[in-house]
Amino acid sequence: MKIRVSYSKLGKIRFTGHRDVAHMWERSLRKAGIAVAMSVGFTPRPKMAFGLALPTGAESLVELIDITLDPASGVTADQLDSIADRLSTSLPVGMSVTGIRECAGTEVSLQEGVVATTWIMLVAEPDGGPDIASAIERVNNSAEVLLSRERKGEKHLDNIRPGILELRSADAELMSSLPADWIGESVGHAIVAVLTTSGRGIRPTELVEVLVPESDPPINPWDHLNRVLRINQWIERDGERVDVLTGRAAHTSVSA
Amino acid sequence: MTSLWSRLEPLLARVRKPARYIGCEDGAIVPQHGHGKVAWLLAYPDVYEVGLPNQGLQILYEILNERPDAVAERTYAPWVDLEALMRERGIPLFSVDSHRAAEDFDILAFNLSSELVFTNLLNMVDLAGVPVRAELRSPTDPIVMIGGHAAFNPEPMADFIDVAVLGEGEEVIGEITEVVREWKASGRTEGSRLAVLKALAQIPGVYVPSLYGVEYDGDHIREIKPLYAGVPERVMKRTVSDLGDWDYPRNPLAPITEVVHDRLAVEVFRGCTRGCRFCQAGMITRPVRERPAEQVRSMIVDGLQRTGYNEVSLTSLSTADFSGIESVISSIVPDPTACGAPTVSLPSLRVDAFTVGLAAKVAGGRRSGLTFAPEAGTWRLRTVINKLITEEDLYGAVESAFASGWSRAKLYFLTGLPTETDIDTQGIIDLAAGCVAVGKRHTGRANVTVSIGGFVPKSHTPFQWFGQNSVPELRRKIGLVRDAATKTKGVNVKWHDPSASLAEGLASRGDRRIGAVIERVWRDGGVFQEWSEYFKLDRWLDAMAAEGLSPDFYITRHRDEKEILPWHHLSAGLHQDFLWQDWRASLNEFGLEDCRWTPCYDCGVCTGDGLEHIVASPIPPAGGSQGTGQDLSRGGITPVTLRSKSSVGAS
Ligand code: SF4
Repeated sequence: MKIRVSYSKLGKIRFTGHRDVAHMWERSLRKAGIAVAMSVGFTPRPKMAFGLALPTGAESLVELIDITLDPASGVTADQLDSIADRLSTSLPVGMSVTGIRECAGTEVSLQEGVVATTWIMLVAEPDGGPDIASAIERVNNSAEVLLSRERKGEKHLDNIRPGILELRSADAELMSSLPADWIGESVGHAIVAVLTTSGRGIRPTELVEVLVPESDPPINPWDHLNRVLRINQWIERDGERVDVLTGRAAHTSVSA
Repeated sequence: MTSLWSRLEPLLARVRKPARYIGCEDGAIVPQHGHGKVAWLLAYPDVYEVGLPNQGLQILYEILNERPDAVAERTYAPWVDLEALMRERGIPLFSVDSHRAAEDFDILAFNLSSELVFTNLLNMVDLAGVPVRAELRSPTDPIVMIGGHAAFNPEPMADFIDVAVLGEGEEVIGEITEVVREWKASGRTEGSRLAVLKALAQIPGVYVPSLYGVEYDGDHIREIKPLYAGVPERVMKRTVSDLGDWDYPRNPLAPITEVVHDRLAVEVFRGCTRGCRFCQAGMITRPVRERPAEQVRSMIVDGLQRTGYNEVSLTSLSTADFSGIESVISSIVPDPTACGAPTVSLPSLRVDAFTVGLAAKVAGGRRSGLTFAPEAGTWRLRTVINKLITEEDLYGAVESAFASGWSRAKLYFLTGLPTETDIDTQGIIDLAAGCVAVGKRHTGRANVTVSIGGFVPKSHTPFQWFGQNSVPELRRKIGLVRDAATKTKGVNVKWHDPSASLAEGLASRGDRRIGAVIERVWRDGGVFQEWSEYFKLDRWLDAMAAEGLSPDFYITRHRDEKEILPWHHLSAGLHQDFLWQDWRASLNEFGLEDCRWTPCYDCGVCTGDGLEHIVASPIPPAGGSQGTGQDLSRGGITPVTLRSKSSVGAS
């Protein structure tokens, strides 16, 4: 059986990288006594496929992993809840399973299927220059938003506006739906952004670069980005964005 | 006592590998600080991924936290990027467990596995907000302590540390805790620092440099003596008599980011009596104490379950010597083809066919490369260093490696050894070429990598009197090997520039006057000296010149028997005359057998401490051992007095 699992990554553990998370999963599955199917070959690897990498320093409620269970272990669908519990216990502090379901072999892979993700970002208001609310307005009213990015060692000016699918200030209702301990002492203007993951995608730090005034030397976006949390991952079905785990459409709920 | 986390947190997204600073490992404890408890900050003066796997630190962390009167946290050297931000914002050194400031701890205890980390220790003490020089510390400052192999000659660090612990820490940390607990209870009043240091000096294995005076006669030491009545003249190392009593770590730390040696480690024995004369680790950890095979097995099973690792490393100085090795391996590697069976790694392979057989058993499908350490290029030089491996041994081992499917062998060598001539140095490539020829009989892809390092003589070894080769001489010898290798098919050479060997040699056998050099190098920015990108030879040479000290005197000069060495008052248990005789034996090209299975030479460690080897097998392991049963007649006369084991009181 193949399962699709979503999990959170909150707090201190957010400073680990994508490769680190892969190793944590391997160890956690073994600790939980969950047998994973192995690839064949000279150096057999557990059959796990991760979703899009979460930037180091960013948090998430909805990281995704597809795991093929060892057929010999005979796991059935009604055991999935207990698997989720065992995994949450085995995962490091700050990571726990937030959803689990069986995954049909025909489903598109996470890497290919996910087209956009939703972020909550707490951005510090810049000293001088326009505030974040007006910067959001400026972006929403522009057909073109240019950002200098490096490709193969060369600088290119990219128009990232088409990849910013939604951008607005977060309302109180949304913020109160988030885990109580998430914001902690961090402050800043709360933004909701739906950013494309197709092609090169747009990182939250890149969005920060276009929201705060340019400076020389260039800003370190992490000077402004106090916290950033991924709350949804979307695939496209019949022209509509639906949640990759629950299949719910975008307009029904923001957070799973 | 507050957490520094909220001040650190905003910095972490801006530094490299921020996971170094967050703790969160499996096996990490939630520290329970409390009134009356002695708070230890266990520090590893190198970067997190090097320090985390350190077993000594993990063992003490766990033992201390089990005590009702102690609490222990860990810290590692912040990398230069975070250090700069910390200094800019006045954030002190912190623990990774609860992000507490270092000055909130009573003891700052550093594990020193190499001399090249000495400058990092100064940097961390300074980052902690503690005066770098011990004499400037007040009763509110923590006690700065060192332990580990590089603490066996603590003299170059004498100005900066309060205490050095010689030998194994399992027992002595409890005794130290009790003394410091009393000191805390007494209110750590003005002037009490000297009193607590004197009390600590009463504990066997604890050395307090400030309680001793060193007098010089020109460059040489005339006398080292206690400055106060009741301070022991000589400090002996501590040794745990039975490793079976200490099945730690029981709750190994499994990190959440990549580290070196990212696997479970289970120590199968401690000590080594093969008697390799260059090897400080072997000399200072005698005698051999094996862990019961049953305990090894349960530590493996438990450790794998707790950490989720699927790889275990069986550690020791020569794991194939472990009596229980075959039974342990067959019980944990039931079927290497079954998925989920753990893989076993055997560091420090012996050079013989038996060992290769073990390696083949645990390798499963992974036959990437096998490593052997003949250390010297000719039999003559190997008798000098007492690494009694014949060419036949090596070719036999390599033969069985290639026959079992390996296509690559790695050979470790030292250069700059006593009596080494260019014939010996050339011999390195001859041996490697011989191995390639053996390999070609099995696979056309056979190749051999020679890894070559510059030899640095260490304290408490028979080579402590030997004048180290200069950096240009080491470079020349490495050059000889590299040149010869270019003409030899199938042989590659790996080497490091030997310039750091100068600093290592200086710190390894230096006296208290070297402290000023270390401080200068540190103030000049010389941290992370084990990292070649941060090592600058000129920094060390300039600092020596500024202090008016001669590199020749400290590094390249041979010492004689009468010389009072800087660690004269410190003992690893080895009799000085045993070491001297062994040094003479070495120059006579006389090999010495392993005393585990042959008569005792009365080196001192068993007799002095009422200890004995704990080895389950009365006979040498299959495949032979260091000289045991070998024809050593190619050596010279026997200058060492042999005594039967029963007469040394260890029976
Ligand atoms: S005292 Fe004797 S048996 Fe013990 S380590 Fe020394 S030589 Fe070997």
